[in-house]
Amino acid sequence: MGVGIEVRDLNAWFGKAQVLQDIQMNVEPNHVTAVIGPSGCGKSTFVRCLNRMHETIAGARVQGKVQVGDIDVYGSGTAAVDVRRRIGMVFQKPNPFPTMSIYDNVAAGLKLNGYRNRKGLDVIVERSLRMAALWGEVKDVVKKKSGASLSGGQQQRLCIARALAVEPEVLLMDEPASALDPISTGKIEELIFQLKEQYTVVIVTHNMQQAARVADYTGFFLMGKLIEFDKTQKIFTTPSDKRTEDYITGRFG
Amino acid sequence: MFSAKGVLGLRRRFTNHLFTAAAAMASLLVLAPLFAIFGYLLYKGLGSVNWAFLTHTPKPIGETGGGMANAIVGSGLILAIASAIGIPLGIGAGIYLSEYGKSRYAQVVRFTADVLNGVPSIVMGIAVYALVVIPQGHFSAFSGGVALGIMMIPTIARTTEEMLAMVPNVIREAALGLGIPQWRTTLSITLRTATSGVITGVMLAFARIAGETAPLLFTAFGNQYWSLKPNQPTAALPLQIYVYAISPFDEWHRQAWAGALVLIAIIVGAVSIVRVIAARHRVSHSA
Repeated sequence: MGVGIEVRDLNAWFGKAQVLQDIQMNVEPNHVTAVIGPSGCGKSTFVRCLNRMHETIAGARVQGKVQVGDIDVYGSGTAAVDVRRRIGMVFQKPNPFPTMSIYDNVAAGLKLNGYRNRKGLDVIVERSLRMAALWGEVKDVVKKKSGASLSGGQQQRLCIARALAVEPEVLLMDEPASALDPISTGKIEELIFQLKEQYTVVIVTHNMQQAARVADYTGFFLMGKLIEFDKTQKIFTTPSDKRTEDYITGRFG
Repeated sequence: MFSAKGVLGLRRRFTNHLFTAAAAMASLLVLAPLFAIFGYLLYKGLGSVNWAFLTHTPKPIGETGGGMANAIVGSGLILAIASAIGIPLGIGAGIYLSEYGKSRYAQVVRFTADVLNGVPSIVMGIAVYALVVIPQGHFSAFSGGVALGIMMIPTIARTTEEMLAMVPNVIREAALGLGIPQWRTTLSITLRTATSGVITGVMLAFARIAGETAPLLFTAFGNQYWSLKPNQPTAALPLQIYVYAISPFDEWHRQAWAGALVLIAIIVGAVSIVRVIAARHRVSHSA
């Protein structure tokens, strides 16, 4: 089951440049929340702060409070690896492990964290690939073919399966369809719709139609600030901030 | 109009063929010395490579027959010691430089590795003589292995660093995003992705030191008899070849050629075996 996310006074920097300013947001469990905004507005940094990926970049810094379910993400006793195990992430460019088979790609998160039950792995790999709507296409070659041999759209679904295999409570997606063709994009969007039954999904997108199609809630970021956050329908029909309206009507960005 | 286009097309095709031919010639020129050396070694050495050569120790001066069995085994022992020292240290240093090496200290390590790579092998032999042989009080296979092992480190470290740097950052992020700890990510994901390149570096270093003679002169020293103890003076193929080649005896000259052939065969064999094993562990990349 998905859990909610509570963000309070979140600030983030790259070196001296501040990229996020005083972000407050409540993400509903088992809903899809979209984060939109022009390039460089901080939307990717925002989701990377939710699972402590931001700090993996040299010179990056975070301040503030993020509560995901019962995890205090930046609490003094919380380890980054534990946070990331419970908050899965799918990246912009499909990034399967190139030297591993499809099976090993999906199993990697469990295997490399010490999970040794072989039969259990078989079950989890199949279930994850089914959930990512990829099982039917690859079931005969899961152990023979490398993850890198799949098409771009299949690779991205493989990456989703890989993230789901560790059974996270939240799934973060950083422009997961921006490198894909329209048909693959459609498949990923359908998938996101189904995933929210079991997970809380936060998706970054620069495609406003996509946000309108998949998201229950939408947040609009501009120059490191969360300008407006509301039900998707409200944001796209009657936004309360002039800047949101200008952006969604295509006046800038 | 039409004819001008035709002329252009002709010129383009001519240039294309010219450069293809030039590239083919260049690759032939690169291969030619290798085949020349192989051919000459086979011609000179093959006649003297027989069962006795591979299984017997050298005969005293004046007697015919005998072989280099002790030198073949001794080389194996010294190379095993060198690899046990050089491969883990080299790969470890390469990992440090690529994954953690943003500091000033790393710059110093990188520079030192490059300098070490340029140290003449005879100097390496003298240094290890002073550092290992004198304190121990005797020549040994171990000291020879130390000298060759140190020579492997810079090549392996720099190729490992470069191969790891070629692994896209998104691969590391994917692993970290799954909650895999940094050290596990480096070993099981980044290093694994770069495996074939790292192996190439290791094999280059191995092939280079396998034929080294100078660092062994004052370390392994050589031995006319069997010695399997790492703390004893030990025979090595390059040393034996050197001693036989500068001797005044025709019989020893023939054995030197045979030794050179066996040495090359061992290097090529070792490199090929590692390549085959590495290739077998790879999954299919074709769509």
